[in-house]
Amino acid sequence: MAQTRHTLSVLVEDKPGVLARVAALFSRRGFNIESLAVGPTEHASVSRMTIVVTVEDSPLEQVTKQLNKLINVLKIVELDPGNSVQRELLLVKVKADLTTRSHVLETVQLFRAKVVDVASDAVTIEATGTVDKLSALIRVLEPFGIRELVQSGMVAVGRGSRSMTGAEPRLRSAS
Amino acid sequence: MLRHEGFFFVRTLLREAHLMTAKTESLTGAQSLVRSLESVGAEVVFGIPGGAILPAYDPIFDSKVLRHILVRHEQGGGHAAEGYAQATGKVGVCMATSGPGATNLVTPIADAYMDSVPLVAITGQVPSAAIGTDAFQEADIVGITMPITKHNFLVQHVDDIPRVIAEAFHLASTGRPGPVLVDLPKDILQAQGSFAWPPVMDLPGYHPTTRPHAKQIREAAKLIASAQRPVLYVGGGVLKARAAAELRQLAELTGIPVVTTLMARGAFPDSHAQHLGMPGMHGTVAAVTALQKADLLITLGARFDDRVTGKLDSFAPDAAIIHADIDPAEIGKNRAADVPIVGDCRETIADLVAAVREVYATGSRADLTGWWRQVDGWRRTYPLGYEEPTDGSLAPQHVITRIGQIAGPEAIYVSGVGQHQMWASQFISYENPYTWLNSGGAGTMGYSVPAAMGAKVGRPEATVWAIDGDGCFQMTNQELVTCAIEGIPIKVAVINNGNLGMVRQWQTLFYGGRYSNTNLNSKRIPDFVKLADAMGCAGLRCEKLEDVDATIEKAMAIDDMPVVVDFVVGEDAMVWPMVAAGTSNDEILAARDTRPVWDANDV
Repeated sequence: MAQTRHTLSVLVEDKPGVLARVAALFSRRGFNIESLAVGPTEHASVSRMTIVVTVEDSPLEQVTKQLNKLINVLKIVELDPGNSVQRELLLVKVKADLTTRSHVLETVQLFRAKVVDVASDAVTIEATGTVDKLSALIRVLEPFGIRELVQSGMVAVGRGSRSMTGAEPRLRSAS
Repeated sequence: MLRHEGFFFVRTLLREAHLMTAKTESLTGAQSLVRSLESVGAEVVFGIPGGAILPAYDPIFDSKVLRHILVRHEQGGGHAAEGYAQATGKVGVCMATSGPGATNLVTPIADAYMDSVPLVAITGQVPSAAIGTDAFQEADIVGITMPITKHNFLVQHVDDIPRVIAEAFHLASTGRPGPVLVDLPKDILQAQGSFAWPPVMDLPGYHPTTRPHAKQIREAAKLIASAQRPVLYVGGGVLKARAAAELRQLAELTGIPVVTTLMARGAFPDSHAQHLGMPGMHGTVAAVTALQKADLLITLGARFDDRVTGKLDSFAPDAAIIHADIDPAEIGKNRAADVPIVGDCRETIADLVAAVREVYATGSRADLTGWWRQVDGWRRTYPLGYEEPTDGSLAPQHVITRIGQIAGPEAIYVSGVGQHQMWASQFISYENPYTWLNSGGAGTMGYSVPAAMGAKVGRPEATVWAIDGDGCFQMTNQELVTCAIEGIPIKVAVINNGNLGMVRQWQTLFYGGRYSNTNLNSKRIPDFVKLADAMGCAGLRCEKLEDVDATIEKAMAIDDMPVVVDFVVGEDAMVWPMVAAGTSNDEILAARDTRPVWDANDV
């Protein structure tokens, strides 16, 4: 059966240990996490986790149901690439000496990425985009020699005007 | 007596809210803990004090409401809380100190998780400032029990105690019941804080669905009325929902054969004409075969456990599935459901009765005569039985049968894990719910004696028989000291074959009789009669067939102290029928090398 990648946006209570609970659940049920990004939301006590899982289609229902059993999980939505904006951040350190630097910088421009650090024999590139765009960028940069690669994990939000919580927008209190 | 199950408990809280002015008192964390336990309806705590939990023990000393039973091992306390919960339906409570005290609770907590037993475990923890420093008797019990609890809490502020205790009891007893752990750092117990009851619970992510969906009920009723070869597959969830009466109504209305899993024994009377017995690895041929040949499984509060299904892809190949459970994650986990019904079993079954009646009223009702002819044929041809030992030794199945017959269907039977557990589930006739307690999902050896203790504390008027193996008995028997001292007169039948019987059976069948490390030599070491005497119990021994009845009667007559009976039985007895793990239920062995013959004729 084909394995497909699914993006789950999970709203959780902002309480200590919640990340550990979710990660442990995936581990003990044998679900494969491709990436996991977590951060605050527009509500003070609610955090959002964006989890990319690679599963066959029927186990995804199990993943969602098991996640829902966790007391700290508030809501789970699957974000389809078709109706959501999905982005990931990439920082990549590429070998670039005098002879190759211009080629590297050309690639950076083509992908609308940015150079954020320059050294005598390397440049660090920052890029954001879909997972596919970043994979393509890495593929193109590989021949130059990749020294170091840091990817943030995907974050995503549904298109349109509705929010996952359905609540009216309000000010997040300053921490 | 008010039973504090799930929704009753919440109603009680709300009722008390009207009666009490929610005045705030200034109490220490320890006092707040004990007052919260008293207010939530807890009556018994099984525990052992220690350094970190010590502050809590001072107000316990004064409590007029809470009875604390000092056990001999925290594991015994945990299993006692489980037995209490399974016998009464109330939340079982156990308490331990930090570090090794808490880790000794891990096995009973895991057991409660697997069998969905409502349990609250309260553990002491090192002071907040010392957490994470490898302090004396420190253990990250919240981390350790994360995968085996429904939820757990580390209390970080003394004022949170009433809310956390209320939430713990609510989570343990509602939805799919399960164990909840509350970890209390010592400085929190000693701090001064405010106590007010009832607290406001804060569980925004917890909304168990109890009302079944009307459309699903109607779909199910249609299937039930039209199925030619239906079976009611009844699991432990029916007992947890307290739905035995509703189940009987549904069964008698539809005339459909009933099987009860190991966790559901007693939910439907064994003597009822429609009862085929227990399905699964050691189930009756009739029950296993009926499931295999069915065209509809009406699954109530059961989870298609591997002990029941055998090889999943060969289980009940022709059956449509109605799956009713309170836990939506169980539906579709092991077997796809044609009609999934999420809800409380009692409400679901009651709704099904009404809906099926409606369908029957339209004249639509399948004739099950042919199905029953087949089913009865299997029952008649392959009754439960056992081989009499040829070496003159006592048959363990006979001993267990006689205990069941003499103690009767009002007694509570609590078993360990192994061959004796299977015989106790097969050869005792369970007529009433909550009379059969065992460790099903986890299969914890050593469950029997402490759980029997807990059951007796919860239902002191009932006769409680622990049916234990000699291997299991040696793991937790020290709780008999607790029983003797606290006045908890349980009766223990040690089915003593001197071996780890179930493992030995597998070695006989699959390892060419190479008995590696299964002989305990316990026919005389320890001497169970002397051991019982040393623990303040009456010790009896029975080695001959002619003494069995008299010994059981003698044990029944002793009511002022615990009784231990050493039944010395043959070591070669086998549990039949059997479906080996990883094989299909079609390959059931009624006795060694005997496979029942299936008739190819359809209904």
